[in-house]
This record gives sequence, structure tokens and C-alpha cells, in this order.
Amino acid sequence: MQKSLHLDPNKCTGCLQCEMACAWENHRSFTTAKSRIKVFAFHHEGRFVPYTCTQCDEAWCVLACPVDAIRLDPATGAKIVLEPTCVGCKVCTIACPFGTINYVASTGKVQKCDLCGDHGPACEKACPTGAITYVDADWTGLGKMRQWAGKTDTNPATV
Amino acid sequence: MAWTKNVLRVNLAAGTCMQEPLNMDWARDYLGQRGLGTKYFLAEVDPKVDPFAPENKLIFVTGPLTGTMAATGGRYSVVTKGPLTGAIACSNSGGYFGAELKFAGWDMVIFEGTAPKPVYLLITDGKAELVDAAHLWGKTVWETEETIKKQHQDPQIRVASIGHAGEIGVLYAGIVNDLHRAAGRSGVGAVMGSKNLKAVAVRGTRTDAYQIANPDAFFTAVDAGKKALAANGVTGQGLPTYGTQVLMNVINELGALPTRNHRDVQFESAQAISGEAMHEKRPTDGKANLVTNGACFGCTIACGRISRMDPGHFTIKDKPQYQGASGGLEYEAAWALGAANGVSDLEALTYANFLCNEHGFDPISFGATVGAAMELYDLGILTKEEVGFELPFGSTEAVVKLAELTATGEGFGKVIGLGSKRLCAKYGRPELSMTVKGQEFPAYDGRGLQGMGLAYATSNRGACHLRGYMVSPEVLGIPIKMEPQATEGKPAMLKAFQDLTAVVDSSGLCLFTTFAWGLSDIQPQIQGACEGDWSEDRLLLVGERIWNLEREFNLAAGLTAKDDNLPPRLMKEPAKTGPQKGAVSKLDVMLPEYYQLRGWTPEGVPTAETRTRLGV
Amino acid sequence: MRHVIIGSGPAGVVAAETLRKADPAAEITLLCGEAGPPYARMAIPYLLKGQIDEGGTHLRKDADHYGRLRIQLVQAHAQAVDTGARTVTLGGGSLLPYDRLLIATGSRPSLEQIPGIGLPGVHACWTLADARTILAKAKPGTCIVQMGAGFVGCIIMEGLLSRGVDLTILVRSGYMVRRMMNPTASGLIRKWCEAKGVRILTHTQPQGITAEGGALQVALADGHILPADLYLSAVGVDPNLEFLAGSGIAIGKGILVDANLQSNVSGVYAAGDVAEATDCLTGRRQLNAIQPNAVEQGRIAALNMAGRSARFKGSFVFNVLTTLGLASSSFGEWQGASGGESAEVLDASRYRYLNLQFEDDRLVGANTVGFSDHIGAFRGLIEGRVRLGKWKQRLREDPTQIMQAYLAAAHSVA
Repeated sequence: MQKSLHLDPNKCTGCLQCEMACAWENHRSFTTAKSRIKVFAFHHEGRFVPYTCTQCDEAWCVLACPVDAIRLDPATGAKIVLEPTCVGCKVCTIACPFGTINYVASTGKVQKCDLCGDHGPACEKACPTGAITYVDADWTGLGKMRQWAGKTDTNPATV
Repeated sequence: MAWTKNVLRVNLAAGTCMQEPLNMDWARDYLGQRGLGTKYFLAEVDPKVDPFAPENKLIFVTGPLTGTMAATGGRYSVVTKGPLTGAIACSNSGGYFGAELKFAGWDMVIFEGTAPKPVYLLITDGKAELVDAAHLWGKTVWETEETIKKQHQDPQIRVASIGHAGEIGVLYAGIVNDLHRAAGRSGVGAVMGSKNLKAVAVRGTRTDAYQIANPDAFFTAVDAGKKALAANGVTGQGLPTYGTQVLMNVINELGALPTRNHRDVQFESAQAISGEAMHEKRPTDGKANLVTNGACFGCTIACGRISRMDPGHFTIKDKPQYQGASGGLEYEAAWALGAANGVSDLEALTYANFLCNEHGFDPISFGATVGAAMELYDLGILTKEEVGFELPFGSTEAVVKLAELTATGEGFGKVIGLGSKRLCAKYGRPELSMTVKGQEFPAYDGRGLQGMGLAYATSNRGACHLRGYMVSPEVLGIPIKMEPQATEGKPAMLKAFQDLTAVVDSSGLCLFTTFAWGLSDIQPQIQGACEGDWSEDRLLLVGERIWNLEREFNLAAGLTAKDDNLPPRLMKEPAKTGPQKGAVSKLDVMLPEYYQLRGWTPEGVPTAETRTRLGV
Repeated sequence: MRHVIIGSGPAGVVAAETLRKADPAAEITLLCGEAGPPYARMAIPYLLKGQIDEGGTHLRKDADHYGRLRIQLVQAHAQAVDTGARTVTLGGGSLLPYDRLLIATGSRPSLEQIPGIGLPGVHACWTLADARTILAKAKPGTCIVQMGAGFVGCIIMEGLLSRGVDLTILVRSGYMVRRMMNPTASGLIRKWCEAKGVRILTHTQPQGITAEGGALQVALADGHILPADLYLSAVGVDPNLEFLAGSGIAIGKGILVDANLQSNVSGVYAAGDVAEATDCLTGRRQLNAIQPNAVEQGRIAALNMAGRSARFKGSFVFNVLTTLGLASSSFGEWQGASGGESAEVLDASRYRYLNLQFEDDRLVGANTVGFSDHIGAFRGLIEGRVRLGKWKQRLREDPTQIMQAYLAAAHSVA
């Protein structure tokens, strides 16, 4: 069973340990600006919403990449950016309707959540409240988001 | 290594921003944040300076653990000479601002001089510039933050700013970052306002600004620390559930909740303004005051309160800007706005607290000053004509009205903005001011808790609970249980707390970790992050050095042992009710021993030997 | 089933791959108009910069990719299509039979019609061959006059400047990238380019080009003569459709396709720059020459060719452009919908700009400059026709709250 990140705003306190863990994992720095998971604060509502790529089946980013720099990691189901191949054209950043693949000016490449490969998501380990869990994909309710995102009648995962 | 080793020096008069290397010798002696900022301040500022003179400086400073995964590692401090006290002022704040400053590559920002017209400092990584703030002057903290983020189109910019209170020189104006986290006490915001500095806005995206000296050791210590916080009853349960407001009923039952300007030590309506009450559904709209708990940067405790008021409450029913969620009541604010004045309307206190955040002034000093004014009114010294409205103890309307007036500097708010000491002196009753060194007490009675009394009297920034939190041993039994009324061992315990607190305040960590952490939990985190030797002994020496450095400043500023004192009420008027009934402060018993333990003369001056030993 | 795909750009390649997955037994022929493996024109600017080699432009990196998928690459230009006989006529006159045909022939540069446009030293910047020529000729000090400052004209500037050339850009209208950007955004990009040392001449167009010795002389309408070592034409593109004349395939601005991306001729489909499909915002037919649209149409067309019904629900125009390092983007009806409302925030000195266009309580268009975080959410909001509710007013007050609005309105998380 493949696993997915389950993000629960009800449990998030906005501490940004996840963002630091992600930045450390990928940049050896705690600079949250470089995190691939972002916690959005809704001050008026008193709510913190952690948000990152759901590794959607549509994989708009994979499809849109002109140089084949985004590939499927068969072990985790993650869509991962091959940094040496990425030219930084940013087409994927506008193709992804979730806004979860982003250009990083300092590297000249895009980055997105890759589920941290075989050792499991660092954000999940760092979360002190259980707002981020790594669970069987069926449990995450991603279907709803995917349905919303589904632009076509036929899901490419089924072809 | 955990330092960026960069200091940003901003000359507001000349409009220049210069980068200079951090003095690493001083970093080794003073660690960071409170200690290091104070060292720089002493080296550069004449202690006799008028706090509002251009010669006074204002230092924003982070610690080596600020901006790291160490739990609560997001703190920064603001160091200056305080206008409320004339003593060293060092106010500590959480939120996200401090970490962002580190990410941008700066340990410290030193503001010198006075800008000819309002400006704000915009820091984008290595680039710093002073930007015209004409359009922001007069704006609230909330508007300022929103405007800066919007104008530069980056919601991730972190902003620390002053509200109207800081601009008009309310003597306890604070600096507020991230909407409702504050370097709140001693009037650091008034100094910022006197410099025509409206805000500091930071965006940090560097990944190379600082390193962790030994990542393996660091993460091992940090993970152990997080486990300890989660397992501890206070940091793992009490604070996340009730915030610091967990204390309201506890301290009241103990008979140490100062009430009505310290006339009483128990508040009959404490329950109504407690953390528990914030969880209860309101009969009016069926919703609880508390929306959720919120964390500061990197904090795995998350004691912050996010509250939403009853939209139908008389204070806000026509003011939609207060009907959303915002920073809710912490214990000190709930006490100062509530118990100190005998007011028990939780919604009104929440509103007054919103105003304190929005306009940038310290709810402790504000609430306590209102308490003093209410006593003056009660005694017939202050009249309705003078105030503009009735001011009896227990008047919700009066607290709300005075919060509004203090924010704008209108009417009697102008007098309230001077603080309790100047208010009581103005009306000829200085003894009614519940202050030490001009700063108002926080929410623990110095009669009921003898150690806290000594802590207040000796605190270098005036009455303060955050310089030696004797509530821990006297109420919570941390690290050992001490009887509230006992004096034996209190000076020694206080000295240990003061020195340890100075270390924590200089590290980038939050003091609240010390409910669960001792020095042996903190030391390996500092050691993992920082190059060099940071043994426990050395850290304690650093703490003691910082304490003595602050003392040296105050002495040079003209303060003496006479200022290590408590108001006569606490020395002479016994607690009226509760378990501590009959108690007065035995400061006279404890203070000489304290001086001796500190290595100070009976006049409270560090001896030559002490100075040599500490290298101050 | 014999599938023939004319054109090996992103639409053609994705179509071929999709066909293989959907129809393992099919015969798939991919006609490539240029020599070498299929490549991405989007990558050419990075080749000019020297950031990648030619291999870095290839659409698929694995040399055996097409062989492994049994996709037959044939280098040939289609000359004609006989829809009755179901054949494609190739360059040498040979006929390629098909059961299903996908036309994904893309675009070519529309060169300005002026005397001298055929001279040596006058080039487009469209193909790998063009890039090779420019790389060979553009040296430090080389004087380049470029006509056009649209998407292509802007995106190649960084590569050109990185070679130390002296660059002058002629812009017929008053604005750079005027098909993507409103005047404010365009003005920021111009200011940025000028600050980087590019000369921009607006309201300027060449009358003719002459060769003098080894150099070119570009005559402007106002009588001025610009000397140039190299003249680059970047005035836009046109779809490659001429070979379809007489085929019976209905053509407007492009090949008119239905929701299955099929033309009026059964079994003949179109995808990418040549397909004139429905714009999901306006409901009008239009060409949409952008990469995400090309691959999406390639995929959908292929599914239909393989007998699986898949509907193209329409697309809309959006694009992202990097001009000398300055990112900008354009979404949908950035010019504004009639009767709609807008919000914007400008920080000119820091080259940041955000403009939102609303219709009712929906986002229908946007322009951004220097703002690139989470930018895909603009697509999500526009294409999903997400009702913003109370967030519309918040966005009107502060457009930078776009991500919060997206999360709240599209995902109901706040």
C-alpha cells in the first residue's frame, strides 16, 4: 500500500517545525523559505493550514515538463524533480493547479515534495501535534481533491 | 557557527545601514540575545542617557538557537534604556520575527540616532534599506504589518512594529511582531517611536547564513528536549490546553493573586477570567472565547491563545475588525486587565488585550496603572471630572474606555500612559504605585510568594516575573518544592534562577521550556549548535556575568540599593484572605543574604573580586 | 490500428506515449520535421545561456525511449493529407497510411515581410538549428538587432546577453510582451531590461535590411539606420497548416476540433498549437500555443484515438516568462472581463507586481511580475471556476492573500 501525507489543519499550531525539517532535509538549513511544505496562517479564522504536494495522479507537473525532469519514484509514488535535468523554465509551476511546485531562485530549479525518498517524510517526523501523518493513501481523502482537480473524464492513472 | 556573525548597524539620523562582524569574543562571554545585546549596549551607550535622546540606542538581537529546530528556538530581544524605569530594558518576544532575522543573515540590528522623519527598516537577506514610513505613521500595528506585506507583495515578510502608543511615547509601549507577539515591557516601543522608527520588516531566504556546529549532537539533544516537553505536565498538557492562563485559578486559590491594586490577594471572580473559562461556551453565541492554541516559531509547546470575541459584545458589536480571531488573553494580561482592577468580563478583557496588541502597549503595566487609578478614585483623590467618567474598581466600561484612550493618548489616557509610578506621584500618593523601579508588578503577590517578592525587588528591569520565576519552586515544585512563606534558601534559589534565566534569554529559547528543562537539557542543545566549549559551568558563569552586567548598567545609571525595594503595601499591609493570610514581604530578611550570595557589598554593588571573577 | 502523429513536439510525443499505454498493440509512427530526437523549444533559451547542452533540450532523455515504447520515429515533412484514402504524403512523395491521424505540427516563426528578410545573418530563434547558428555567431561585442519583444523575444534575451552581445530590441507597439502583459507589467519588464543594458526602441519597426560587406544595415521607418552583425526576428508564430490545403479538414485560425479533439474528418485529430479548441473561460474558439495545453491535448487526443472517450474541457491561456531573470506570468483574461473588477499592487522599485481580474466572485485573469510562489494556484482558481465568496473582497483589499483565498475557497480548509 502506498502512503500519503495526511495534513490536518485542526491539529496544526503553526510552529513551522515541518518547514524547518523540510528545509534541513533538502538544503541543510532551517530557512523556512526553502521548505516544500508551507503552513498558511489564517489570522482572521485562527487557523493554520499545512499544505504541500499530494503526489496527484494527474501529475500535471510531470506532463508539462518539457525536458523530462520530473519522474515518478516507484517506491513511494512521489513525483520527484531531477535537479540536474531541470532547466528552471517554470512551466510546471503554472501547470500545477495546486501551486505546490515552486521555483527556487537561488538554485535556478524548481522544487516540490518528494516524500523524502525511502526514509520517510521529515516533516511528519518533526510535527509535534500529529497534524502531519504519513498514512495509507486510501485514508487521506485525497480523492476529493483529485476529483476537484480532474479536468478530464479519464484519469491517466487508469490508462 | 550558529551565529551569523553579522551585525547590522543602522544610523537613523544619517540614513545608513552598515554591516559589521559580530564581536565573537563577546559572543563567547555573553552567548547571544539578552546577554550579547546588553554587552553591545553597555559598550556603546552612556548609562545616564535620556531614554528618548538620540544617543540612546535600540538593539534587536537573536540568540544562537534562534531559527533552529530546537523547540521554541525563535526568540529575539530588544535592548535599550527603558523610559519607564531608567534602567536597562530588555524585552523578549517570540512569534516568527527573530528566526526570519537569522534567515536573512543577521544576529543583531543596532539602531542609532533619530530619523528626521518616520521610516521603517526593510531587510531582504543581505540588503537593508530605510524606507519612508509617512504612510504608516499613525497606523496600528495590525495595519502596519498588513500594509508592509502587501506593499512588498510578500506575505512571508515578518514585521515588528510600534502602534500609536509607541509613536506618542506611552511609557510602557511595546514592540509587536506577528500581530500579537510582543517585546512588551519597559517601554521599548516608546524608544522606537522616539527614533521615528515605525517598523522593522524582514525577509530571510538564505541557506548559508549560519551553520549547526555538530548536527548529530544537536539533533540528539533537540529530540530529547522535545520529548521532555511533551512528557511534562505543564509544557505537554497545561500550557497547550490553557496557556499561561492555567495559573489563574491556581494562584488565586493559593492567595497570591494581587487584586484591586494589591489591596486583596484573591479575586472573587478569578474563575470567570481563567483559562478554563476561555474554553467554556458562551451563553450568548454558543461559542468559546478560545478558538485554538497557537505556537511561536519552532515551539512544540504552543501556549499561545487565539481567541474570537462574542461579536455581539458591547465593545465590538459595531467594529468588525475585532470580530475575527486574534491573540487572546495570557495569564498576565487577564490578571492585569481583570483582577488588578476587579473586572471579570472575559470578553471585555479580551477586547482590551486586542487593543494592547493592536496599538502596541503592555497590558501588564496598563492594567496595573488602571488599578492604581481606581484606588485613587476610590480614595476620592481622582474625580469623575478629572477622568471624564466614573472609575470605580470593577468597572468594565472604565477599563475598556481607558484602553481606547491610552492607545490614542486622548483625555485621561494620556495620564494612564505615564504608568503607575508617575500617576501616583502626580496625585501625591506615590506609595500606592505597585511598582519596582517604576515598572508595574505582574500577576503574583510578593507577600504570598516570598521568593517572588525578592525576585521583583532585585529584577534588573523593574518588577518582572521573567527574571527569576520563583513561582516554579514556590507553587509548581520545580525543581523542588519550596514553601511560599519560607525565606530560607530563597535568595540562593533566586540567584540560580536569575542566572539560568539569563542563559535561556540569551540562547534564543523560550523561558517556558524551563518548566520541563533544566540546564542539563539546554546545555547539549547549545553545545550541539555552537562551536567552542559550552559546559554547564560555563553557561552558569555566562548567566551570572549577564546579571552583573545589567546591574552595572543600572548602578551607573544612578540606581542604588534603595531601588531594590517593594512598595510599602507589600511590606506592611498583611494579605487579607486565603492560605497566605497575614503575610507581608520579608524582603529585609532576604535581601542582605541575596547581596552576599551575589558577591555584592551591602550597598548592592558588585565587589572588585566579583567583577574580576566575572570579567565584567 | 495504425496511428500516425505528425509533429514531434510535446503534444506529439505525449500523444505517442499515451497511445502506447492505451493501446499496447498499436502501430505508432511519429513524424519528426527536424533531424535528431524530439526536443523542447522551451529549453532553447537555456541552451543559449550555456546552462545545458543539446541533450538537455531533448523531450525524453533515455536514448532508447521511443524504441522501447515501439514508437517509430520517421524524419519527414508531411506534404499533404488524403483523408479519403487515409494517407499522409511525405517529402519524397511516398504515402504513409493511417487509421487514426493526429496533427500536432506546431508553429513556425512568422517573419516580418520586409526586404532583406532572407539575407544571411537574418534568423529566427525557434529551432535547434537556429540556436546553433546564433551560438556560432553571437560573440562578445556582436551587435544584434532583434525585432520583437514577445514571449520568445524576451525569453532568449538572457542567453544572448550571457554571450556578451550588444542588444537592441525593436518593438512595433509601445509595449513589450503585449499579448501577455498589461502596460504596467510590461513597463516593469522594460525597465528591468534597460537596467540590464538592453536598448529597447518602442514604436519602431524596420523597413528593410541590407547587407554591407559582412554586416547588416537595418533601416527603420523614421529613417535611422541601425548597423547589425545579426538580425533576429521574433515577431510571433503561426500554426503549420499549409499542407492541409485541400484535405477537407476544416480550418479556422487552426484546425477546428470538437471536445474529443477530433476535426470535422473522422479519425483525424489535432493537438497543440495547431488546434483551435474552446477556451474554457470565454467559450470562444482559439489557438492556445502553450506547453501545458499542448501536452494535455496530446494526451486527450491520443486517448480518443485509442478508442477511449476523453473530453477536453477546454483550456485557457496562461504562461510564465523569465526575462533576464525577472519572472512574470499571465493568466486568462488578464485584460479584464467586461463588467468585471480588478485589484492590483505595485512595488515598482523592487519589480514586483500583482494584478487580479475578477468576474462576479471568480478569478478570471492575472498578471504577475517578480511573484512566483505557488503560482499554479492561479490556474487552479481560474480553471476550476472557483467561487471566492468573501475572499473576493479580501483579495480586492490585498491581492497577496491569493494562496489563502485558494486554500479557503477551493479546498475549504479555512
